[in-house]
Amino acid sequence: MNKLIFSLLLTGVSFTLHAQKIYSTKTGQIRFNASTALENVAATNNQVDSKMVDKTGQIVFSALIKSFRFDNQLMEDHFNENYLESSKIPKAEFKGFITNAATINFSKDGKYPINIDGSLSLHGVSQKVTASGLMTISGGKPTITGSFKIKIKEYGITGLYIGEKIASEVEITINCAYD
Amino acid sequence: MKNITHNNIRVRNVVGAILLACFYFLPIVTSAQNVDLFKQQDEQDKKDAKETTDIVTSTFKTTRIVNSQSIENTGAGILDVKISHRFGLVNTGSYNFYGLDQATMRLGLDYGISNRLEVGIGRSTYNKEFDAFYKFRILRQSTGRAAMPISLSLSSDAVWRTIKDQPTVYAINSSDHFNFTNQLIIARKFGDYFSIQFVPTMVHYNIVPTKATPNDLYSVGTGFRIRLSKRVNFTGEYYYQVTKFQGTYDAMSLGFDIETGGHVFQFFFTNSTGINESSFITQTNSQWSNGGIHLGFNISRVFTVVKHNQ
Repeated sequence: MNKLIFSLLLTGVSFTLHAQKIYSTKTGQIRFNASTALENVAATNNQVDSKMVDKTGQIVFSALIKSFRFDNQLMEDHFNENYLESSKIPKAEFKGFITNAATINFSKDGKYPINIDGSLSLHGVSQKVTASGLMTISGGKPTITGSFKIKIKEYGITGLYIGEKIASEVEITINCAYD
Repeated sequence: MKNITHNNIRVRNVVGAILLACFYFLPIVTSAQNVDLFKQQDEQDKKDAKETTDIVTSTFKTTRIVNSQSIENTGAGILDVKISHRFGLVNTGSYNFYGLDQATMRLGLDYGISNRLEVGIGRSTYNKEFDAFYKFRILRQSTGRAAMPISLSLSSDAVWRTIKDQPTVYAINSSDHFNFTNQLIIARKFGDYFSIQFVPTMVHYNIVPTKATPNDLYSVGTGFRIRLSKRVNFTGEYYYQVTKFQGTYDAMSLGFDIETGGHVFQFFFTNSTGINESSFITQTNSQWSNGGIHLGFNISRVFTVVKHNQ
């Protein structure tokens, strides 16, 4: 009898501490646009890996460079071979925090503006990045949309056409629906 | 006896209680630990590096080395318009401005049906020939979980000669104007700086000049690419003929691939006048040793016909 009470007590304790939740997706979308008046340079990656923790707001994104799809196959080859050197550095990663995670109620449907702070590792170079976006919670499942801009040169990416046919500042758009 | 049993039960109860407590504490211990996604991500990266298969791309910069097919295919939904141009022979001297007064060419259209299958048609000045080919990628070189050391493609080319026939003592059938080339392309990329390929080749002629000449001619082609800079590559090819027509030489070409944005410009020296497979492999009738070479260039412009963006 004593044992039973003891067990029930412990069960209760373990449930109350089991509060952190990890949301994840393997089919997130990242688009980038480096188009200029001369050339349409844009690509989409629909296989982005992302995870986040509700309590701490910790968030990570990971994208294979080779999974970015261009309209033009030759442009995709050049992107991988000459610009991003994806055989040497296959992934781009973001590690950061949703700075206002405390203001989000993950169990209540709604739209919450978010700010993300962290570091983006691209082409082997890490740089601080801040982005603002929107978290939509619907049926207990969050979706994050947002965008930010990076300067190509800051990531050690060089090439003849950057600043001419390819914009030197690239807009990156994120759309991830988590489970 | 009774006492001992009783004691045993007691001991079991205590052990059971401890075990039970452990099981209940276990989730507390794990959940109380802070989840660190950054650490998880780093571990995932290490795992991925072992588990994913990475297909090697850009073994060669374009679908031809100089005259020869390379292992590369035109991407799915991409139309590639190719203009291949050869000036005259350099050893024809200053009267012909070292060959620059003359020209032969081939106009071609290549199309990628899928990322593995390419088809193409062309028309050459030399012998007024039409040609049609396919190239199918069987194996793709890759690293990681499913590692494949080489790339392998199969290519066949049919040529229809339309130049007016020389007068003959025998009747010429329309089928005599056709010849066919079958090639197996074996290639490997060694890092970013060096690629090589071997091309066992069989050329079949429906008609040959003499009874002693076989209808099937065998040869082995080699090709290489050396990267000089991000945009400039040194390339070359050589076809060793095992069986050949009388008075012909092995085809050899050396040149440069220069990448200019959306396309690749190639310029080179070659001893072949013909540009389609059978004419450059088996009908090259000038030689490097006495300056019997052509300056030539290939330009290609790609157009996106079907977008492969998901």
